[in-house]
Amino acid sequence: MEILEEKKNKNKPYKPILEDIPDWPVYQLSKNRTEFIQEVTKNTLERIKALRPHRKQLTDDLEATVYREQNRIKRNRWRADPADDSRFWSGIKGELVELGNKSQEEADKATDSILERIVHRYASEIAGNFKQTSYRFARSVIKFGFLRLLNGTRIKKFGAFFRNRYTLRDKIQIVGKVKMIRSLARQGTVVMVPTHFSNLDSILIGWVIHSMGLPAFIYGAGLNLFNIKIIAYFMNSLGAYKVDRRKKNLPYLETLKMYSNLAIQKGAHSLFFPGGTRSRSGKIEKQLKLGLLSTAIEAQRSLYMAEGEPKKVFVVPVTLNYHCVLEAPEMIEDYLQVKGQDRYFPEQDKYGSFGLIKFLFKFFSNPSSISVSIGPGLDVMGNYVDEKGNSLDNTGRIIDTRDYFVSNGDISIDRQREDEYTRMLSQRIVTEYHKINRVFASHLVAFVGFQMWQKKHPKLDLFSLLRLPEEELELDYQEFKTVFKKVRKQIYLMKENGKIHYATHLKGKTDGAIQRGLDNVGVFHLNRPLLKNKKGNIITKDLSLLYYYHNRLVGYDLEQFI
Amino acid sequence: MISNSLSDKPVGVIGAGNFGTVIANILAINRPVLLYARNGHTVKHINHKRENRHHAIHSNITAVNDLAKIARECDVIFPMVPSAHFRAMMKSLSPFLQPYHILIHGTKGFDVTLPEGETIDSMPVLDRNSVKTMSEVIREESVVVRIGCLAGPNLSKELAQRQPAATVIASHFDEVIQTGKKLLRNDRFQVYENHDIVGVEIAGVLKNIIAIAAGALSGLGYGENAKGLLVSRGAVEMIYLGRALGGDVKAFLGVAGIGDLVTTCNSPLSRNFTVGYRLAKGEKLDDILNDMGEIAEGVNTIQIAKKCADHYKIRALITDRLYKVLFEGMTVEAALDFLMRFPLSADIDFI
Repeated sequence: MEILEEKKNKNKPYKPILEDIPDWPVYQLSKNRTEFIQEVTKNTLERIKALRPHRKQLTDDLEATVYREQNRIKRNRWRADPADDSRFWSGIKGELVELGNKSQEEADKATDSILERIVHRYASEIAGNFKQTSYRFARSVIKFGFLRLLNGTRIKKFGAFFRNRYTLRDKIQIVGKVKMIRSLARQGTVVMVPTHFSNLDSILIGWVIHSMGLPAFIYGAGLNLFNIKIIAYFMNSLGAYKVDRRKKNLPYLETLKMYSNLAIQKGAHSLFFPGGTRSRSGKIEKQLKLGLLSTAIEAQRSLYMAEGEPKKVFVVPVTLNYHCVLEAPEMIEDYLQVKGQDRYFPEQDKYGSFGLIKFLFKFFSNPSSISVSIGPGLDVMGNYVDEKGNSLDNTGRIIDTRDYFVSNGDISIDRQREDEYTRMLSQRIVTEYHKINRVFASHLVAFVGFQMWQKKHPKLDLFSLLRLPEEELELDYQEFKTVFKKVRKQIYLMKENGKIHYATHLKGKTDGAIQRGLDNVGVFHLNRPLLKNKKGNIITKDLSLLYYYHNRLVGYDLEQFI
Repeated sequence: MISNSLSDKPVGVIGAGNFGTVIANILAINRPVLLYARNGHTVKHINHKRENRHHAIHSNITAVNDLAKIARECDVIFPMVPSAHFRAMMKSLSPFLQPYHILIHGTKGFDVTLPEGETIDSMPVLDRNSVKTMSEVIREESVVVRIGCLAGPNLSKELAQRQPAATVIASHFDEVIQTGKKLLRNDRFQVYENHDIVGVEIAGVLKNIIAIAAGALSGLGYGENAKGLLVSRGAVEMIYLGRALGGDVKAFLGVAGIGDLVTTCNSPLSRNFTVGYRLAKGEKLDDILNDMGEIAEGVNTIQIAKKCADHYKIRALITDRLYKVLFEGMTVEAALDFLMRFPLSADIDFI
């Protein structure tokens, strides 16, 4: 994989691959918004009726939907919810009760009409509202704002490693297969699937897409983000559609999937966070949500069934690497609290508009950098593709993705098969995440520190270990250094075998690399997860946080080298 | 939706051994069959004499020596080659395979890939990174994803005589199961379905261990009580091992698990049974294997399963004792004595 070195990155802007916004698929989509919502509604109705062929099954689902929706309104109301929510659902409830007094035929008709209104309501709620003017505006505000923040706040903390001249490109490094994604976006529809660690991801990735010269992607953004007015504005203008994780009912999920499916078919480049929610533990996602992912496969099959030259769908895994995740303390608390209990994470919004600005200020005033690794393009079956978009097998032979959907010589629709394909694709994406993941010095010091403490207390399980008083934890620096060196060497070896990547700042003298790691790991937090004490030994102020940052390197079998 | 009418394209069978020939004959009842044999003489023999390994060959069968032809003309292929040759066969077949192919294999054995210079003997333990089932080999070596496996109590000889029998087709894909069913099913051959392909594959392999033990008990002159004990405890041990290797309990309770186990433990002609029998009579493993000319799959399986059990920290007493008998010179009597004295209590603790 070609790695664009940090140095090369700046001063090399990518030209947009489509100059005029009206050419962008996302623009076309929102220009014909009403028609598109109609199309989504129509197709969703057909799908749901195929899934629930008998009216009884359908009304059962509708009743459950109403019950859940009314519960949601009572228990968990958000600012982004429409004002007529309560009225709409009690109306539907009344109509459902009325069904019992109707003749067979009338009841069938009435049920269809109820379903149609629900689906239409959901489709309108989900649909994005991309506007050319506000996109331009938002884009320049973000660019300008970020830059001002960056330069206005640049405080010289230390200079050896980070350059003095700050641009956004210094702050956010884009590495990996940029050329390939640009080429694929010209030939087919790109579905970008990044890891999800922070609320910042959504904004960050929007900027990354723009700066790679790609047209705006449509995103599934959590509806909770739309509670914050500023974000809502930017999200809307950047092509986001809304995903409400509170709604788990059949009509909603099918509408959402159909929206994504049809948008991909229409060539709108899309972005999902397939982990579903931010990784609470700090680990790279192992289990992906299959719902939206399945739409990429379904869309591809539909495209092959359609007439004319078939468009291809390309899946591009992306990892986002941070030295510090602002929400880490709350997330790791959540994680530890529910670990083993399978409880649901309450969606909380700790940041209003003001909190966000404060966060951005913190983010830019700190020299800590972020890198975004763009993975290689895959077809919907997880095969690598070349720059022309051809799928390749393990030996580099060109194969036809269409053949995966062929049975007895013809393309067939087989949902069970596609469910299985979705599972296979999700496993491939996870593997690819691990390969393109970029190890930072901060990840490595956290991993080594935590693992060394774990090893010193082999009898303790995770929770007992985390309960140890922090004052009692101290690692001899020389000992730490030896282990760090050993594990770093393993990472070098793994990189040779294409199993992982690392940031260039990890290299160099061991002392220097450790120092860079300690300086950066969790820098925004009140209690630093790892630092040196006066004697020069390694200590922690917050072991849970250290555990969080350490988790980034779990899953590589590196524990054996501690 | 799976279309009801399969096209009348021929079906491929790779491997003209006993089992491959019998399966080809069963398939030939419904469809033309291309039967691949490695050896050119065998191909000629089958096509001219209409006979192979004492099985008459159905008129719908054409023997070929060309893997490319099989891949080109068949959508569905049944690989039926011994596990030791399976990966090599896949490597030669793979360049001709396309994603639309369906592969249903009938091979019971593990594939072991080791770092250069290592042998199974030299590895202290083994894990799933190096031990693979045949469906995993197919995935690794080719673009084919629609993979199935055929397992169950299917003694070639009885199948050839059209005695009643059943098999399981396991696959993650309904499409594969239904296709296999349509092709194989007839009034003397029942076909069951299972989605846990890895579980079914592992059950088919692990039962070979118990088959050797059954031979040993018989060699010591013990009767039916002892065999009942062995089959039931053997099944439990298979489940422990199977779960550690990635299978689900259910596969072990079905046709491919208990069904196959009972059959194998009662067929004194099988190679695994013979190894156990002669060991109990006091013969040395090397002598027995030299005599047989062909390796009994179970000997390999015991070695692999023992090293996996050590790695995954599974208690597999029967396997462990057999390992000691085969490779560390323990006598069968001593092994049995150990098992009878071992303090165990719970009968079933996995459901």
